[in-house]
Amino acid sequence: MTPEPTPLALELRDLDVVYRVRGQDRQVLRGLTLTVGSGESYGLVGESGCGKSTTALAAVQYLPSNGRVRSGSINVAGRDVVRLSRAELRKLRATEVSMVYQDPSQALNPSIKIGRQVAAVFRVRGIGRDEAEERTAAVLRHVQIADVGSVMNRYPHQLSGGMQQRIVIAMALAKDPALLILDEPTTGLDATVEAEVLDLIAQLQAELRTAVLFVSHNLGVIGKMCERVGVLYAGRLVEEGPVDVVLQNPRHPYTVGLIRCIPRGGVRKDHGRLDTIPGFLPPLGEELPGCVFVDRCGLAREICHTVEPPLYQLGEHHISRCHFHEEAPELPRVIPADLGQPLPLDRSSTALVRIEDLEKIYRQRGHTVHAVSGVSVSIWPGETVGLVGESGSGKTTFARALLGLVVPTAGTVEVDGRVVPPKLARRSREDVEALQIVFQNPDSALNRRHTVRRILRRALKKLAGLTGTAAAARLLDLVQSVRLAERYLTVRPNQLSGGLKQRVAIARAFAGEPRLVVCDEPTSALDVSVQAAILNLLVELQVERRLSYLFISHDLGVVRYLSDRIAVLYLGRLMELGPADVVFDGPHHPYTEALLSAVPTIDGGGRERIRLEGEIPSAANPPTGCVFHTRCPRKIGPICEQEEPPLVTVERDHMMRCHIPIEELRRLQQDKDAITA
Amino acid sequence: MSTIASPAAGSEARIARRETLRQLLRSPTFLTGAAIVGFWVFCAVFGFAIAPHDPQDQSFTPLLRPGGAHLLGTDNLGRDVFSRVLVGAGDILKVAPLATLLGIAGGTVIGLVTGYFRGLVDNVISRIVDAWLALPVIVIAVTALVALGASTITLIVVIGVVFMPIVSRTVRAAVLGERQLEYVQAARLRGERAPYAMFVEILPNVMGPIIVEATVRLGYAIFTVAGLTFLGFGVQPPSPDWALQISDGYSLLNDTAHQGNYWIVLFPGMAVASLVIGVNLIADGISRALER
Repeated sequence: MTPEPTPLALELRDLDVVYRVRGQDRQVLRGLTLTVGSGESYGLVGESGCGKSTTALAAVQYLPSNGRVRSGSINVAGRDVVRLSRAELRKLRATEVSMVYQDPSQALNPSIKIGRQVAAVFRVRGIGRDEAEERTAAVLRHVQIADVGSVMNRYPHQLSGGMQQRIVIAMALAKDPALLILDEPTTGLDATVEAEVLDLIAQLQAELRTAVLFVSHNLGVIGKMCERVGVLYAGRLVEEGPVDVVLQNPRHPYTVGLIRCIPRGGVRKDHGRLDTIPGFLPPLGEELPGCVFVDRCGLAREICHTVEPPLYQLGEHHISRCHFHEEAPELPRVIPADLGQPLPLDRSSTALVRIEDLEKIYRQRGHTVHAVSGVSVSIWPGETVGLVGESGSGKTTFARALLGLVVPTAGTVEVDGRVVPPKLARRSREDVEALQIVFQNPDSALNRRHTVRRILRRALKKLAGLTGTAAAARLLDLVQSVRLAERYLTVRPNQLSGGLKQRVAIARAFAGEPRLVVCDEPTSALDVSVQAAILNLLVELQVERRLSYLFISHDLGVVRYLSDRIAVLYLGRLMELGPADVVFDGPHHPYTEALLSAVPTIDGGGRERIRLEGEIPSAANPPTGCVFHTRCPRKIGPICEQEEPPLVTVERDHMMRCHIPIEELRRLQQDKDAITA
Repeated sequence: MSTIASPAAGSEARIARRETLRQLLRSPTFLTGAAIVGFWVFCAVFGFAIAPHDPQDQSFTPLLRPGGAHLLGTDNLGRDVFSRVLVGAGDILKVAPLATLLGIAGGTVIGLVTGYFRGLVDNVISRIVDAWLALPVIVIAVTALVALGASTITLIVVIGVVFMPIVSRTVRAAVLGERQLEYVQAARLRGERAPYAMFVEILPNVMGPIIVEATVRLGYAIFTVAGLTFLGFGVQPPSPDWALQISDGYSLLNDTAHQGNYWIVLFPGMAVASLVIGVNLIADGISRALER
């Protein structure tokens, strides 16, 4: 890069930030130095608790009341924000720097209409009412909001999550800031919506040449959006460089570990286990005289414990803070790749679970909402079926109907060829024991007033019928099988980390002899290293017990890793069902194709993005004909609007609901891949 | 309970509880309330021993002004007002907490049932509760006490029952928030029956709001007991109850020759007010410590 004539958008020098907890200063950022040049996009990655958000907050002096900058400097657009007065700081925030947070519904004031809310950005700078309104309409058009007039007159809750985030981005960019800070801006959004928002940010950034600090735990997103990336661990920058160099040739063991945790490039459970990063982040404010990563590092030697590694210059702009950075790419695996192969499947026998024409209709104030419309899926022993689709596609309702938590309007659930009662309370203990679930959020799935021991003992009593010494012995087996240390039995869930909580939740589901476990986004609330450990655990349990999973996730890499077959839902309808490789490699349904292309991967490049136009239609008022025709990029004509395509077997084990013949799809999709390649 | 308890982990739970307690003990609001209530409890228990005169002794000159041998004067029957104020909390401090306890217990059960089952059960019970709430507390209580005859037991039962629907609304709101959490579904998925889900799974998680509600209700219970006693339906003579003193003395307020004999009414009145304020300060302190 050429020397900058304009000041750097953001410059942090030797920044130390501490939080005061119980009367003691705990260090959160340790001598952090980084710069974001004018017009540059810089990504900051790391797991939760590494100090990413603290960095973002410190840059605009929004640290919580117990946090302060102990030493070092923060320059935004050439001004030292630590030394600015309140008035100057306010002016800086009004003109030079903007922030976009994770949850747009909390960033917008729920009681102020969009128009007035966005106009406030202009009004605060002394622009008159009429001009502010005009410019509001202009910025909303700029973020590709189609019906500006009506959107300005609505309240935030009347808009979808993706729309809300676009409004927030419009507000952030309205003042043409020198620096835009994005803190996990797409984490709560569906893959297709995330892709749209990311495209929008990239396009606006290129147009306005705004400098961006992009904070995310998602390496794929950073890879897509940023030029340079910094990897943060325990408040220290451990590696930094151009994004493709760092992602393709990482030279710090932490970066290497992070990338290895992610199931990608079509890796599947029968190819081997995912690697993980052992151990935990050091507690807040711990004294770390040597390398911050030493306790979890496979390369650590004597020197790493005592001497803080300097920043090694590896190439142009590529730096790593590791004594043994040459060896980092050969970091020894923590988990041997070849642990227990999944057993081959036999689909000639009776299915373990057979769901026939499941339908669930909710009635709300005169509307009828078809949450699930006639979905049939069978799952064989030892098999994992992945269930994907955007929010509102009926994934969760389908799973809950299977478990008996909601009573379906029509359709049956069979276990071993025997119809089970739709209501949970009417099912026999064996049927209840056979179908279990691991929920998405272990915080709310575990009773915070009960100890781990109590939670598991009760499950053993109700699901396995065990009490007394038999239960005590089984309890120890159970915690061992989910790799949970015995000492955690006496604590309550809120004293455990997210990964440990999820292990308790898994142990609870496995207290009896479950035959099918529904996994409802079990890793989406977890960091990638923890996610890898949990996914490995699920595979090991499956191999040991030959049980089946119905795995719900929006993370297609994770779904692909675990699943033998994939079911794709859209607006409560089954759009495609087939073996995982076939569904992923194609030819696939146009909706599946769009879903796949929306996911940013760290392998970079790859697929051409297929844009899905418009919002997901409401299930209360689904489109006529093929429900996907309103957004389908491959719509062929009036037939799509008038006639609902049947779900037909297009090739061996592969079913699809589309008017386009399979050969035609194959040709179209191969053409596209050829163009991008 | 455990054979392999880890001392570190066990004590951590205790630290969290101790932290709440420490916050309470550092809150001036809570401490002031506790001091006031503590003072009256002490007086109710030991009042007869520390009072300068026998509260029932009618041998003094009637209607003496405050000062001299009778700090707060004497009433129309020649009893020492100061001694009577000191011991006057006895009955109210028995009736009000027991009534509150009954109201909280009943209200919690109703709230758990309506919040947990929702649907038809909730609709029917909640409409009854709404109708119940529309009637003034005093009217219901007076009617019931006339029908049942005034006694300490009926007073407790009537106030307790009158409070149940009010408490049930608070509990129901808290239960609605909890029951959609997945741990309740997890309980159903291992075949738990509704009572277990309600009382073992949900109840411990809504104890915070219930405790706050209990302290707030206690303040109201004191008011209600005093009000009913004043009207003649509550604590019965010859108890030296504050509200009875007010009720006995208020007809003398228009006696302008003696400055309305204000002391017979004013001091027991202030005593009732201070007790209610004390209880409310405790409620404030607790709810703030639990909010944290």
